[in-house]
Amino acid sequence: MNAFLGFILKEFRHILRDRRTLAILFGLPIVQLLLFGYAIRNELTSAEIAVWDQARTAESRAAIARLEAGGYFRVMGRVDSETQVDHLFRRGVVRQVVVFPTDGPRVHLITDGSDPNMARLLQRYTMGVLSDVEPGKDVRTTYLYNPGLKSANLFVPGLMAVILMLVSTLMTSISLTREKETGTLETLLASPLAPAQIIWGKVLPYLLVSFVNVGTVLVIARAVFGVPFNGSVALFIFVSLLYAFTALALGMLISTVARTQQTAMMLSLGGLLLPTILLSGFIYPISNMPDILQAISHVIPARWYMVANRAILLKGAGLADIGREVLILAGMTALFLTVSIRRFPIRLD
Amino acid sequence: MNAIETHHLTKRFGGFTAVDDLTFSVRAGEIFGFLGANGAGKTTAMKMLTGLAAPTSGDATVAGRSIRDHAVSVKKRIGYMSQRFSLYEDLSVRENLRFFGGVYGLDDATLADRIARFETTYHMSGRMHTRVKELPLGIKQNVAFGTALLHQPDIVFLDEPTGGVDPITRRRFWGMLVEEAARGTTLFVTTHYMDEAEYCDRIGMMVDGKLVALDTPARLKQTMGVATMDDVFVKLARGGAA
Ligand SMILES: Nc1ncnc2c1ncn2[C@@H]1O[C@H](COP(=O)(O)OP(=O)(O)O)[C@@H](O)[C@H]1O
Ligand SMILES: [Mg+2]
Repeated sequence: MNAFLGFILKEFRHILRDRRTLAILFGLPIVQLLLFGYAIRNELTSAEIAVWDQARTAESRAAIARLEAGGYFRVMGRVDSETQVDHLFRRGVVRQVVVFPTDGPRVHLITDGSDPNMARLLQRYTMGVLSDVEPGKDVRTTYLYNPGLKSANLFVPGLMAVILMLVSTLMTSISLTREKETGTLETLLASPLAPAQIIWGKVLPYLLVSFVNVGTVLVIARAVFGVPFNGSVALFIFVSLLYAFTALALGMLISTVARTQQTAMMLSLGGLLLPTILLSGFIYPISNMPDILQAISHVIPARWYMVANRAILLKGAGLADIGREVLILAGMTALFLTVSIRRFPIRLD
Repeated sequence: MNAIETHHLTKRFGGFTAVDDLTFSVRAGEIFGFLGANGAGKTTAMKMLTGLAAPTSGDATVAGRSIRDHAVSVKKRIGYMSQRFSLYEDLSVRENLRFFGGVYGLDDATLADRIARFETTYHMSGRMHTRVKELPLGIKQNVAFGTALLHQPDIVFLDEPTGGVDPITRRRFWGMLVEEAARGTTLFVTTHYMDEAEYCDRIGMMVDGKLVALDTPARLKQTMGVATMDDVFVKLARGGAA
């Protein structure tokens, strides 16, 4: 049997026989995606809004009463000037102001667009509560901060980045440090296998597993959260796998530093999860960050993947549009792998 | 002809010398016992000989090749059973054999033949598909040894192969080593059980990184004027050089 193929076969057996690994690999992405996704949706039980009743008709008063009663919104107050509206938005007191103008459309929704998912939900719910209005005819909508909702569906693509990063780094770093702990790595290193063969033998099986994960996440994103898919599926899969590859290589790098599975897990979770969530643009827009954090965000692989996958999913971007992101991810992968392969044998004594 | 020759082989960790200027040779086909207390430097020396660690200074020739210049070709000619358990517990006996056979580049036909022979030699028929973790420790050790021999290496290095095993199983294991040596394989075995020294053709005694004695068990006892290897060790460890 070919040494390298044998190695890959062995890795698959490890994966399939360890229930904990299986659970993390295939369960975690689904659970996380659903949990996070629904957590965000549920927030709408008490979304902060304000109302501006210019019309002061029986009809507008009835509409306001319905907004206050529905349970979806918390009406933080009434406003009666542009400056007040500005002020409330800028301080983040409300996510939406519902205006009943004296003339023109019956309702004007001014919505904070910096969280596009939320903005969509707010408008959909508002129209639902007002029930008798017809979008387009009776309602005018304005998005603040993010006119046109260009980065719509911010959340799910970001979540893909976080999940793939976590699962991939965690899995490879644990699988190699486990061999350190049990002592089998010593046996491998005393064999004629080259460090590069060992590293590739570890990375490739998980790349295949990542392929399954990318598929699952994509299906959930489409079916459950209705994320649009405007670009090429092939390009999306290519970029996602490249990113998974970056994460796997990073996992390898972690396992050249960590001696135990526990350390590897702490480094992957503690050292990666927070920066990936906080600094990648997943939750906070990078442009709103202080300069120093913006600078740091450049070394976070998720940042580049998120830009690329949002562009593909939402804007239908082609390879040429995301060339820079692809190159950066490829460069990072090559760097992580090279350093891992070079550091690999040294770490044993 | 010598299977192993070391020349001033030395390993330092920072200012601490774990293996201090070893020069000795191991003859082809003998069982060479590498004895010493915990921390004497046995494992460190073995790691250099198996290409797992680079010497700080000095060199060694293993299976006719320098470990500094030809680490890969040395690795092809040797087998290694590390101090910790060296098989994959979640794989079956057969899967372990196939994996390591592949690692050492055995082709399918050869591998099938060797696995069949392994099965009879170690009385493993009916257990080939058992996961290694389900085997008793004594059997595991046999399987590990058989696996290290699969590619028919010239020299097998065994680092404390009988650690934690009961005396009867230990004796059986040593019986197996003696048989294998009779087939011409050189065995380099570390242990801190002095009674096991009796199975060895020659003994190298390590104290604090230095080789303080090297001879057959009988001659060591004779020159020291004592009855057991235990006494030899106690005398040497107290500082009486050979
Ligand atoms: N990587 C290392 N770094 C520092 N010291 C080490 C290292 N490996 C071994 N040592 C030290 O070298 C000495 C010899 O260890 P070892 O070769 O494992 O002894 P033995 O196998 O005879 O019990 C011990 O004191 C041990 O602590
Ligand atoms: Mg030891």
